Amino acid sequence: MKTGAANRPVIGWRGWCAALLAMAAATGPVQAQERAIPLDRLQSGAVFMSAEARAQQADDFANPAMLWVERGAKLWNARAGAQQKSCADCHQDARTSMRGVAARHPAIDGASGRLFNLPDRILDCREQRQSAPRPAWESEELLSLTAFVAHQSRGTPLNATIDGPARPHFDAGRALYYQRIGQLNLSCAHCHEALWGRTLFAERISQGHPNAYPAYRLEWQATGSLERRLRACLSGVRAEMHPYGAQAHRDLELFLAWRAQGLPIETPGVRR
Amino acid sequence: MAARIQVPANARRGDVIEIRILVQHAMETGYRVDDTGRPIQRNVIRTLTCRYDADEIFRADLSSGISANPYLQFNTVAQASGTITCTWVDDAGVEDSASQAIEVAG
Repeated sequence: MKTGAANRPVIGWRGWCAALLAMAAATGPVQAQERAIPLDRLQSGAVFMSAEARAQQADDFANPAMLWVERGAKLWNARAGAQQKSCADCHQDARTSMRGVAARHPAIDGASGRLFNLPDRILDCREQRQSAPRPAWESEELLSLTAFVAHQSRGTPLNATIDGPARPHFDAGRALYYQRIGQLNLSCAHCHEALWGRTLFAERISQGHPNAYPAYRLEWQATGSLERRLRACLSGVRAEMHPYGAQAHRDLELFLAWRAQGLPIETPGVRR
Repeated sequence: MAARIQVPANARRGDVIEIRILVQHAMETGYRVDDTGRPIQRNVIRTLTCRYDADEIFRADLSSGISANPYLQFNTVAQASGTITCTWVDDAGVEDSASQAIEVAG
């Protein structure tokens, strides 16, 4: 009987060179073939939902998340903070000024050099430009404004930048994505790359794309952020949840945005 | 409380028209507890009534079995130009309404 060692393929000099070249290539711009799900096979989470939930999302009147978008529209025009400035005072009509903004996030903030997701950007404006009290994470105010701003990019393909200063965040996000965590000892990839389209109890597993958030989740009976959704997955594999505002979430969101590159934004979505 | 109501802006007399209402409400069942373990008091929309000018055309008694942010839809016959107003009241006694005008020709 052969031993395991004897079965192991022998890596020759050429093999080592090829391996080193592959490692060198991995540190350069990300190649299309590194995608676990090719771009032409990307499917929005809506594809994996029931027909009823899809219809609810498609109908702007029946979509309950539109209540948050409408509230966000009012907040956009309302004066706030010590400076008594509204979002519209600087950014004017959101339909043009905010078009495509959500598709670029998470992105590096020029002033601080930190990676901002869309709620971070809104919080920064609230505090720095309007001198207004900082809304709490997942507060109705922050969710409504985020949903309203992201809604302006509906139909715009996701297109986050992962080069330059964003690169370390992207790498950290990718590492998190493939790391086994929690009592169930699963990584994100175990469900959303290896088993998407298969069923988990009564549900079909999606590819795990972020393009509909903030979204109305039927399970929550409310609109919630992508960060809340990530925490729900962490809880699902019985891992320790990061607090709101955690760097890990931003890094992961950047990786997810790259992974879903080209998928059109659906905000406000309806999800299970 | 935010709400949305949808009534066709124009119709002909005798047309069957569709009325849709979406109310933002938590519809607390009374069976949940908050983060500190204290029960959250039940608070659901008890009654929702719609009037076509003075006439009541629709009434629903909701309960804790209805999901948050309830969505209702019904049909009525366009009779005359006027306003359709929906009013609802919850367990806390908070009352709110939404209305929209309709122009009826013929």
